[in-house]
Amino acid sequence: MKVTIDNITIDVEPGTTILQAARKIGPQVAPPAMCYYEPIKGSGGKCRACLVKVTAGSERDPRPMPKLVPSCITQVQDGMVVENTTNPQVLEARKGVVEFLLLNHPLDCPICDQAGECHLQDFAFEHGVSKTRTVEERNTFEPQDLGPYIQLHMNRCVLCYRCVYTADQVTDGRVHGVMHRGDHAEISTYIEKAIDNDFSGNVIDVCPVGALTDKTYRFKNRVWFTKPVDAHCSCDKCSGNVTLWYRGEEVIRVTARKNEWGEVKEFICNTCRFERKKTSDWVIEGPMKVARHSVISANKYGANAIKPAHPLKQAAEQYKQIDDTRDRSFLEPQKQLK
Amino acid sequence: MKILTQYIDVPGIETIDVYRKHGGYAAVEKALKTMSPDEVTEEVKKSGLRGRGGAGFPVGMKWSFLAKPEGVPRYLVCNADESEPGTFKDHYLMMKSPHTLIEGMIVSSYALGAKSSYIYVRGELMYVIHILEKAIQEAYNKGLLGKNILGSGYDLDLYVQPGGGAYICGEETALLESLEGKRGNPRNKPPFPAVKGLYQCPTVVNNVESIAATSWIVMNGGDEYAKIGIGRSTGSKLISVSGHVRKPGVYEIPLGITVEDFIFADEWCGGIRAGHKLKAVVAGGSSVPILPAELILKTTNGEKRLMTYESLSDGGFATGTMLGSGGFIVMDETTCIVHNTLTFGRFYHHESCGQCSPCREGTGWMDKILYRIEHGQGRQEDIDLLVDVSKKIEGNTICPLGDAAAWPVAAAIRHFRDEFEWHVKHPEKATQPGAVFMREGASWAV
Ligand SMILES: Cc1cc2nc3c(=O)[nH]c(=O)nc-3n(C[C@H](O)[C@H](O)[C@H](O)COP(=O)(O)O)c2cc1C
Ligand code: SF4
Ligand code: SF4
Ligand code: FES
Repeated sequence: MKVTIDNITIDVEPGTTILQAARKIGPQVAPPAMCYYEPIKGSGGKCRACLVKVTAGSERDPRPMPKLVPSCITQVQDGMVVENTTNPQVLEARKGVVEFLLLNHPLDCPICDQAGECHLQDFAFEHGVSKTRTVEERNTFEPQDLGPYIQLHMNRCVLCYRCVYTADQVTDGRVHGVMHRGDHAEISTYIEKAIDNDFSGNVIDVCPVGALTDKTYRFKNRVWFTKPVDAHCSCDKCSGNVTLWYRGEEVIRVTARKNEWGEVKEFICNTCRFERKKTSDWVIEGPMKVARHSVISANKYGANAIKPAHPLKQAAEQYKQIDDTRDRSFLEPQKQLK
Repeated sequence: MKILTQYIDVPGIETIDVYRKHGGYAAVEKALKTMSPDEVTEEVKKSGLRGRGGAGFPVGMKWSFLAKPEGVPRYLVCNADESEPGTFKDHYLMMKSPHTLIEGMIVSSYALGAKSSYIYVRGELMYVIHILEKAIQEAYNKGLLGKNILGSGYDLDLYVQPGGGAYICGEETALLESLEGKRGNPRNKPPFPAVKGLYQCPTVVNNVESIAATSWIVMNGGDEYAKIGIGRSTGSKLISVSGHVRKPGVYEIPLGITVEDFIFADEWCGGIRAGHKLKAVVAGGSSVPILPAELILKTTNGEKRLMTYESLSDGGFATGTMLGSGGFIVMDETTCIVHNTLTFGRFYHHESCGQCSPCREGTGWMDKILYRIEHGQGRQEDIDLLVDVSKKIEGNTICPLGDAAAWPVAAAIRHFRDEFEWHVKHPEKATQPGAVFMREGASWAV
């Protein structure tokens, strides 16, 4: 099947989604995805970050689709023509999605463990505007302890449902889910139960933001100061293929391995993730492949060899300061609304 | 012409004996004994009956899209979740005459080849659920439900399911999720319920009123039904009227009467309450665009607007609206449009399921802005911001609730921008109890 995305034509298998086809072409045309996660069944279709314009439905029926469609769950048809970054309506909608996702987001990147490997940061940087238009107070939630290993910061959650589906599909019983509706919806366990299960740690890896974080790694370091190394062990519960994150000689975190789209292909067990934190527990394979543009690649493995994708000057030009001063001074103090 | 409500005020019509005395269940007898399922579908197609749940999609056509793979059950699900502000017609029909719905369910299920059918009733209406359950038991006792109905060889079980207590469970795919015992989140479409619906089996979801109308169509023929109404708006429609009219309530109207007659004639609403003037109407439930008096009574061509799908939407959203679910909300000059928009905005904020970011965050944002404007803390730029937020939601979400939240806000500003500006410019006046902006020279000005 032939599909054309941003003027580039590619041949794909029937059943491929627009997003998968775009990823095959390459990162320059791949739409952003905040909820879709290829390894998890049923994911996608929610965040609307990946909306694209279909200007011709197929060879047989070349009519355009009336609305923007979520590329992550829309299958390609033979002869389909798609506009992603070449369509102003798409860019406008995407700007809107960034704005919506940041509306109640605390922007607490400086104290968030996810900073530097956060999909919301990337998404906002690439597709958002820098000045907020809202003056409203944020909706807030208290952080929750989900047992010994996982901490939930609901304020940062984008309700992508990835962790919910992951718990359904890779653990032997989901004990957390989405409660309530709308912008008052929250991830929670029923009556503050601990998530305790051999594979529960994977929800940390699938979470695109810093809502679910590893308590054993909490505040230990910024990800760009760590050195990721691929390693394996023979484990009787999972594949044992992991990434170790070093600070000096110390393993400070163990995660599953992610592909270039940030997706885990092999989920790992909690023993590997939380208990095996000595180099002697592992067979080291070598440095993890780090995407050049990633901040994680900074200062690594002979920095002379790897040049940042953006030279400093360009980086300075593209630098986006997020201005989220919600100026409420026009509200008279005695009349501050709840 | 009364089709659904002809006998609704007969004492005891909720019991099967009285209902049968007035011709009840004759359609079941006729369909099951003398017609094939396809013949029933054919009559419904001919009738031109359109879905009464809001979207107005032709019922016969929806039925003919139902996939019929061998060995896979098919389901009919009746959408009785009715939770849209302003809409209370299904409630009225089920409460007064439950057998009208049950008869329609049997006939429709037969046409679709469904062996189990469900009525998903808004959870708050527990007493209606009891009425329906009692009526269903009566139908079982008379051999109208269960195995081998009236000796025809057709089996049908009918179940009532109390709803999950959310407006969103009225969206057909959220309803199916809820019926399956899950959280009522709408599904992404495709696949449509006609292919993968309840338990991933082909399913038809129809509104109470759509299903109830099928018995009359079976008895009298699709052509006879199509004679009522105008053009593609055939048959009768239940309209639930609330607001500042002399006689609010539920009316069954033949489609095609003028809006003016409907509001002012004694047969229907009986005019605006004494001493007041018509200001605006929300014609089809809270999600359709509000129209000011002059636009609801006449189209921009100067023609009288009719109670039909086509006439109400004449002019698109610029000057028109929609028939929607028939929740007809009438406002006189004492109504503050900003306040009304806030009330709707608050509702959608509360009811968004929260799956898609534009609807989840956008509804909350619009609610907060509207709240500020209404409470004298609005800024001029907030008005355009509201319009822009509504545009960023519209069309970009999984289900139409996003649109339903966006449209009322955009329409209120489109037609009543001066009221929003007045709130922003004169907060001290606007926040006085009962204060309403009066547009100079408007037909409703006093
Ligand atoms: C948020 C939302 C709420 C809805 N609520 C109802 C409802 O309460 N009753 C109803 O019949 N249709 C409702 N609908 C429309 C249904 O999705 C569906 O279109 C309808 O049940 C189909 O029946 P019909 O073709 O007979 O109209 C709702 C739609 C949305 C988006
Ligand atoms: S906690 Fe993380 S993975 Fe779970 S829904 Fe929120 S953002 Fe998604
Ligand atoms: S549009 Fe709103 S109600 Fe509908 S699926 Fe999205 S978030 Fe839920
Ligand atoms: S990635 Fe497609 S909608 Fe979220």
